[in-house]
Amino acid sequence: MNILYFLIGCSVLMALIFLGAFFWASKNGQHDDVHTPAVRMLFDDDKPEEEQV
Amino acid sequence: MKSSSTSTDTLCFHCGNEISGELHIADEKQFCCAGCKSVYQILNQNNLCNYYNYNEAPGQTRQETEQHFEFLNEPKIFSQLVDYTDDNITLITFYIPAIHCSSCLWLLEHLHKLNKGVMQSRVDFLKKQVAVTFNQHIVSLKELVELLASIGYEPLISLQDVVKEKKDSVNRDLIRKIAVAGFCMGNVMLFSFPEYLGLSSFEHQFQSLFGWLNLAFGSVVTFYCSRDFFVSAWGSLKNKIVNLDTPLAVIVAVLFIRSAFEIITGTGPGFSDTLTGLVFLLLMGRWVKQRTYQHISFNRDYRSYFPVAVTVIKDGQEKPVPIGDLNIGDRILIRNNEIIPADSILMKGEGYFDFSFVTGESQPVNKVLGEIIYAGGRQIGEALEMEIVKPVSQSYLTRLWNNETFKRNDNKIRNFNDTIARYFSAVVLVIAFASLGSWWVLGDTKKAWDAFSAVLIVACPCVLALSTPLTLSTVLGIFDKNGFYLKNTDVVEQLARIDTVVFDKTGTITCPNVVNLTFTGRLSLQEETLIASAARNSSHPLSREIVKWLGASGLVPVSQYREMAGKGIVAGIDGHEVCLGSRSFIAPDSAVNENSSSVHISIDGNYKGYFHVRQQWRSELKGLIDTLKGGFRMHLISGDTSSENKSLEAIFPSYVPVLFKQSPHDKLNYIKKLQLAQYKTMMLGDGLNDAGALRQSDLGVAVTDNINNFTPGCDAILQGDELGKLPRFIKQAKDAVRVIKYGFGIASVYNLIGVYFAVQGQLSPLTAAVLMPLSTITIITFTNIANRYFAKKNKLK
Repeated sequence: MNILYFLIGCSVLMALIFLGAFFWASKNGQHDDVHTPAVRMLFDDDKPEEEQV
Repeated sequence: MKSSSTSTDTLCFHCGNEISGELHIADEKQFCCAGCKSVYQILNQNNLCNYYNYNEAPGQTRQETEQHFEFLNEPKIFSQLVDYTDDNITLITFYIPAIHCSSCLWLLEHLHKLNKGVMQSRVDFLKKQVAVTFNQHIVSLKELVELLASIGYEPLISLQDVVKEKKDSVNRDLIRKIAVAGFCMGNVMLFSFPEYLGLSSFEHQFQSLFGWLNLAFGSVVTFYCSRDFFVSAWGSLKNKIVNLDTPLAVIVAVLFIRSAFEIITGTGPGFSDTLTGLVFLLLMGRWVKQRTYQHISFNRDYRSYFPVAVTVIKDGQEKPVPIGDLNIGDRILIRNNEIIPADSILMKGEGYFDFSFVTGESQPVNKVLGEIIYAGGRQIGEALEMEIVKPVSQSYLTRLWNNETFKRNDNKIRNFNDTIARYFSAVVLVIAFASLGSWWVLGDTKKAWDAFSAVLIVACPCVLALSTPLTLSTVLGIFDKNGFYLKNTDVVEQLARIDTVVFDKTGTITCPNVVNLTFTGRLSLQEETLIASAARNSSHPLSREIVKWLGASGLVPVSQYREMAGKGIVAGIDGHEVCLGSRSFIAPDSAVNENSSSVHISIDGNYKGYFHVRQQWRSELKGLIDTLKGGFRMHLISGDTSSENKSLEAIFPSYVPVLFKQSPHDKLNYIKKLQLAQYKTMMLGDGLNDAGALRQSDLGVAVTDNINNFTPGCDAILQGDELGKLPRFIKQAKDAVRVIKYGFGIASVYNLIGVYFAVQGQLSPLTAAVLMPLSTITIITFTNIANRYFAKKNKLK
């Protein structure tokens, strides 16, 4: 059962990585605006110039 | 009275408004005005017509006013406005109230197609902000703002934007703490689980490891996440008061000390699970409480209304100067539609001032040379030269903000939570010490300490800390859907206490956009057509009303047309000269009462009569007053003259005190007087002139027809057309306070069960860990259901 010591270490480490990722996202302002990106992704890409007549 | 609808079904392609005046056509598309058409043409030229694909008629009618943005070229103002600038790149964030749909978002993020100087633009939709990165050598700030204005998205640049408020950092810190607390809670739960299920013999080797890990997570939560509770509790104890954070801090401390003691001595598993779960929930409660409306500002003062800079004439040169740098004796140039920033003497030009900010009276006032004009007046008409006689902050209107009312911090009434926390803490301490004492007397010192700490742990007011913000924020959400926006959750409790309602008149209980026209005089059909043909050329709201009122068809083309702002219009039609305008402009010697607002008509020099403009009461007003009559004292204080007295009597009962010609200071003092008489006063107002009264009152409500418009500093913003719901809002707030009290009752039952085990010294970590979330879930469910039930009962969406 000594493998459990290793697994516990892994699980805590994984969780810490996720926590770190959250901190990083929060610091980068990813949670500042949670509405606009959802609207923005629905826009069509701009057509190339020649097709726009 | 004629019906006011011209049954044209043509809608403007750009803004979707009904086309009432002259038709503007481009590319077989119809527009209501030249402004809308020009926006379309700009977009069409730049292949940006996708704008019209995402939404039907996404634009907004543009007020065609001449704008002067020269001040943006001033280095001093420039550096105050921009977020960042270096040799090639400048970053600026604009607040654009017109942002309202996905088309706006799309267009504003394609600004680089309109101007090569723009590198990137990002919209924050809810905050109605655009962050633009641009090269200031290719496009200057002034050109950028003019570009935005030309496509109908004029940014609002006010002095309050110069003083950028950064309040996000507090929130971000809280979110970080919640994340850490959640992380610790999850891990502690994982490591506590074997303990709950019972450990088999070979698993005992893990027991101390789990214990130490739990303690490690527990200490992070105690020393990092719960810091605010300790700080707040310490602060209030120093002031010799007990607030809700005091018992919370005690519990967190006791939980941690006992857990540490048990784990270090190896006598038990400790309470880390309860500790981390509790702190996580408490922080969530704080977060719910802190959430506010990001796009609505409740703290505006006169600086939001005043321009950033005015033009100063010095040695024959015109130069824009920031308002803060104005001195007594400066010569300033005030153009049409500009606001006077400081009390000044009129030196040159003819002044027509709209003093609605100061007095509430919207009818322009004529001023002659040498008169002192109060700050806050808006010039309508030709450009003026004026000399400043008082500094900006010492002027008649702005002096209001020097009043002590604006300097003190909120000294609003104690809320239910803080009141109950005192008694709650006292009771818990008595029980805890009683059980400590009785076990001590019985000779079991270990059990004595167990029982003592267990009582403190289990009798946790965490439900109060959680259910109150949840209840109040649910109410905020309900109000939000009904067009009533509160500054924060505390306002709900204020609202429940209100017993006196004070109304402002103009703009608050009248519709600013709807007017009632009546015509005095005689007009032939042909004359009606002439007047309608002349009036439809003007964008003045009254001209539009007159066109609607006349409803004439077969309009005649106008050969000559001249509009004099603040005076009226002259048009040559079919060989006739048609004049519309103010009394002094058309018929200076007629005997009509000057107090009332009117539009006078003359054709070919013959006086024909006048349109009388009466303000329209909001349609919900009568119902509102009738409902409020039962339970509230009412007062009406108005800044304007008493010309509408008669129609008021039909709506307000005779015992309601009605005061006219009240200055902003009078209004403030009136509220003060009511408060001295122990009335809990709610003030409903709309303009800068009500700002003092709104601030002084126990609950200041700004009434507005467009929540993106400027509203003075207040506790709540109410949409004008929802005014009739006010009594129901108050009822809902009262119900919410009741829900909180019931929730407290339910929580007490759980607490009593816990205390029953605790005083016997038998509280197992499992019982504590089950009781706490169970009571929390019960309370959350209860408050949610109860709030929705009351909302339904009060007929709120």
